[in-house]
Amino acid sequence: MFNKRILLIGLVLALAGCTDDRPKSASSPAPHDAGPRIPEPWSSDPFPSTYRAYPGVPTLVTNVTILDGEGGRIDGGSVLFAEGKIVGIGKDIAAPAGATVIDGRGKYVTPGVIDVHSHLGDYPSPAVQALSDGNEATAPTTPEVWAEHSVWPQDPGFSRALANGGVTTLQILPGSANLMGGRSVTIKNVYARTAQGMKFPGAPYGFKMACGENPKRVYGAKGREPSTRMGNIAVDRMTWAKAVEYKRRWDRYERDGGEIPARDLALDTLAGVLDGKILVHNHCYRADEIANVIDMSKEFGYHVTAFHHGVEAYKVADLLKANGICAAVWADWYGFKMESYDGIPENLALLQNAGACAMIHSDDQNGIQRLNQEVAKAQAAGRRAGIAISDEVAWEWLAINPARALGIANKTGSLKPGKMADVVLWNGNPLSVYTRPEMVWIDGALLYDSKDPKKRPVSDFELGQPGEGDVK
Amino acid sequence: MTRVLLAAAALLAAPAFAETVAVTGGTVAIGDGSPPIENGIVVFRDGRIVAAGANVAVPAGARVLDGRGKWVAAGIVGAFSTLGIEDVSGVGESRDVTARTSPFSAALDVSTAINPNEPQIAIERQGGVTRALVEPDTSRAIFAGQGAAIALAGGKDVLMRPRLFQYVELNEGGARAAGGSRPAAYAYLHAALAAARNPAAAGLVDRDVLLTRADAAALAPVLSGAQILLVHVERASDIRQVLGLKREFPGLRLVLLGAAEGWMVADEIAAARVPVIAAALADLPESFERIAATQSNVGRLQKAGVTVGISLVDATGGGAQQRYLTQFAGNLVALTRVPGMTGLDWGQAFATITSKPAQAMGLDGEIGSLRPGRRADVVVWDGDPLELSSAPVAVFIDGVQQSLTTRQTRLRDRYATPQEGNLPKAYDR
Repeated sequence: MFNKRILLIGLVLALAGCTDDRPKSASSPAPHDAGPRIPEPWSSDPFPSTYRAYPGVPTLVTNVTILDGEGGRIDGGSVLFAEGKIVGIGKDIAAPAGATVIDGRGKYVTPGVIDVHSHLGDYPSPAVQALSDGNEATAPTTPEVWAEHSVWPQDPGFSRALANGGVTTLQILPGSANLMGGRSVTIKNVYARTAQGMKFPGAPYGFKMACGENPKRVYGAKGREPSTRMGNIAVDRMTWAKAVEYKRRWDRYERDGGEIPARDLALDTLAGVLDGKILVHNHCYRADEIANVIDMSKEFGYHVTAFHHGVEAYKVADLLKANGICAAVWADWYGFKMESYDGIPENLALLQNAGACAMIHSDDQNGIQRLNQEVAKAQAAGRRAGIAISDEVAWEWLAINPARALGIANKTGSLKPGKMADVVLWNGNPLSVYTRPEMVWIDGALLYDSKDPKKRPVSDFELGQPGEGDVK
Repeated sequence: MTRVLLAAAALLAAPAFAETVAVTGGTVAIGDGSPPIENGIVVFRDGRIVAAGANVAVPAGARVLDGRGKWVAAGIVGAFSTLGIEDVSGVGESRDVTARTSPFSAALDVSTAINPNEPQIAIERQGGVTRALVEPDTSRAIFAGQGAAIALAGGKDVLMRPRLFQYVELNEGGARAAGGSRPAAYAYLHAALAAARNPAAAGLVDRDVLLTRADAAALAPVLSGAQILLVHVERASDIRQVLGLKREFPGLRLVLLGAAEGWMVADEIAAARVPVIAAALADLPESFERIAATQSNVGRLQKAGVTVGISLVDATGGGAQQRYLTQFAGNLVALTRVPGMTGLDWGQAFATITSKPAQAMGLDGEIGSLRPGRRADVVVWDGDPLELSSAPVAVFIDGVQQSLTTRQTRLRDRYATPQEGNLPKAYDR
C-alpha cells in the first residue's frame, strides 16, 4: 500500500564543475602513423537527439522577483527572452516591438527546475510490470545498457513534473539494482513521439553506479556475487580493471594503428568514463561507502561527478569538497532502509555550509512535482540550525548546480543571456507551499499556462480515459 | 502568574497534569475547519482543553506561555502510519507490519506490538504530529488485522485505542491477496463475514482453510459496527461496490482509505455518509485503478459534502513520514490559486489533518481539535503550520510538554562540522 518503487531506484550525482580535475587520457599526442582510424567508439552518437525547440514569441515578464539560478536576485525586475534564448534580466528592460508583455506583479521568475535524478519514462505510470524498465537486474554490472532505450515518452509523469513542478530538464537514470546500472540520458521535459525527440542536445552521457544495500541484496538473493559490501567493491574493481585494459588497447590503436580492437559495448561506456566524456552519477547513501568509492575512482583514474541519495553526505562534506564531488540529496527522507537511518533534514544546509557542491533531487514521480518545496524545507532546516541560506542561493540547488552536474551549465540552469529560455513564472514565492507554476517556457516556447487548458499536455496514455485533460 | 518563554529548556521542566496552562497572544488554529484566530488564547487544564479562541479568560494561577508571533494549533493526526510497528521499513527484522507466513489475518492486533521508544515516533512528534492511526498491511488475505490509535508521546503509555478498526484491502492489492482477482476478494469477504456470524463454525487452522476461528471472531465486531472497517479502495467502480456492502451488512461502519477516483462518485459517497481518508496529492495514474487521480480530489469530495481527511496512503515514503501532512495540506490551499483546480481554504485544509481524520474514526470527541473537553494536544509553531518554513517550538500531548530532541537533532549537532576534534565523533555527545 506504500509506494515501494523507491527501494530499487538509485541516484547518481555528477559535477561538471569538476571536469578540470578529471584524469587525462594516457594516450600520446603524437601518432606516427597518419593512416585513417576508426574513432574511439565511446565517442560515437548512434541515437542522436532530434529535439527541436518549439516556436515562441519574444516575451518580456515585468515587475517580478527574479531568482536567477546562480545566486543572483533582482526585485522588481524584468526578464526578456526571444528566439528561444534569454536576452536579458534587469531592472529596466524595454519591450521590443511585437513582444508579449506579461505583468508579473507579486510573482517570481526562475530558471526551470532541473532534476538530476528521475526515473520518469523508465519506471513510468502506470507502474505495471510490462512498463518496468529501469533495472536490467540480470547481472551486477550492465554498463552496456542505456536508459534512453527504456524511456517511454508517453509517461504521464512528464506532464505533472512540468505543470506542478516547473521542471524543464531532467536526467533519467537506470535503477540501482546493479553496481553499474548503465548510461543515463538527459532530456528536455517536452513530450515527443520518441526518446530521441526529448534528448537534450549536446548533453554528455551520465553513468549510473550504485553502492550499498541494493546490489548486494539483489545478487545475494540470486546466490551470486556481490552479496556483501566487500563484494560490491570487488566486482566494481575487477570491472574497472578490464575497462582500463580495453581503453589502453583503443588508445594504442589510435596512436599506432594496426588491428582494430574488438568492440565491447559494456567496456565502451566505462572507457568513456575513464576518458572523462561520460559523467559518473553514483547512488551511495553512507559516508563510509562514499569514501570507499572516492578511493576506487582514484585507483582507476576516473572522477565521480556526484553522489546521489547521499543521506550521510553531511558526515563527509569536507571530503566531498576536497575532491570536487557534488552531493544530490532529498530534503528529509529517512529511515526507509537501513542505509537511510541517519538521514537528517539539515543535510543540504550542512553541505552548503561546508562549501561542498549540493543539490536537491527527486528519484520520485511525486517528489519531482515539488522540488521547489523540498528546497524550501531544506533551507528552513538549515536556518533553524543557524545556517542562513538566502532564497537566491537555495535556488542554485535546483538550477545551476544540477546543470553543472549534468554538464549543461553553459546551456541552461540560469537566466544568463544566451542560455536556453527555460523559464518558470510562479504565482508567488516558489519557496512557499502556497505557490504553483503559472507559466512554463522551454527554449522560449510556452508549454504550460495554468490559465489555458489547451496548454496542458496530455500523454497518449491518458487520451480517451477518465480525467483526460483534467487539472492534475 | 509566570511568563515562560517557549524555549526547549522550559519544556523539560514542564510538570505533567494538575496544572493550568494558557498560551496567549498567538494565532490560534482550532482544527475544526474554522479560520485561524489572531491574538487568541488557548487554555488547558489537567490534560484537557478548557477553551481556545479570541475572548478567552486566563484563569488565575495559570502557567502562561507567551505565544506572540507564534501559532498555537491542534496537534496533527496521522491517519495512515506504521509508527511503533517498524523501525525501518526496508529492514524485515524490525517490522511488525505484515505477517507473511502466519495463518492469521483479521485476528492480528497491532496493539500487541507498539514500541513507544521507536525513534520515528519522536521524529514525527517534532514535526507537530501528536496522534496517529497505526495500520497493519495485508499479506495472505484481504484482511490485514486490527489497527490502533496511538499518542506520539514520550513514555510508555502511547496506546490510545487498541483495535479501533479492522483494515481490509478491496483494491488491486486485495485482489492479489485473495488469489488474483477482485471477484476472489469479494468471495472471501462474503465468506468471512458469514463466518463472523458464527465463529465456532469457521475452519480450523489448515492449509485448505482460509479463515481461522480467531479471524472469524475478530470480524464479529466489524459485522455489528462496534469496530470500524477501514477499506483501502481507489477505483470509482470499486468504491461503488464497497458502498453497496451496507445493503447486505447494514451494521458495517465503513471508512474509505485512498479513494483516488472518489471525486467521480462523490455524491454517492456523501449520500452514504461514509467518511474518506484520502491520498492528499496523488495525481498520477500509477495503477489502472487510479487512472483519474487528481490533486483536486479532496476539494471535490469536500464540496460534495463528504467528510474527508488526508493521509500518507499511496504516498512515497509511506508510513513513517507523518510530518509531510502539513505540507500536503498547504498544497491543497495552493490549489485555490490555480484556475480550474479545486482546493480548500486554510481552515478546511488544516482540518483534513486534525479533526477530519479524527471524525472519520469516531475520535473527534477526544482528539483533532482545540474545542473544549478535547485532549490537550497543542502544538506551538514558529509560523503558519502549513508553511514549509515553519516548525514546532513546543508540543503538548494530553497537556504534557514533550521533548523535541530526536536522533536526528543529535546527529545534526554531532556533525555540525564534519571533522573530528580531539576525540572521535563517537565521544561527541
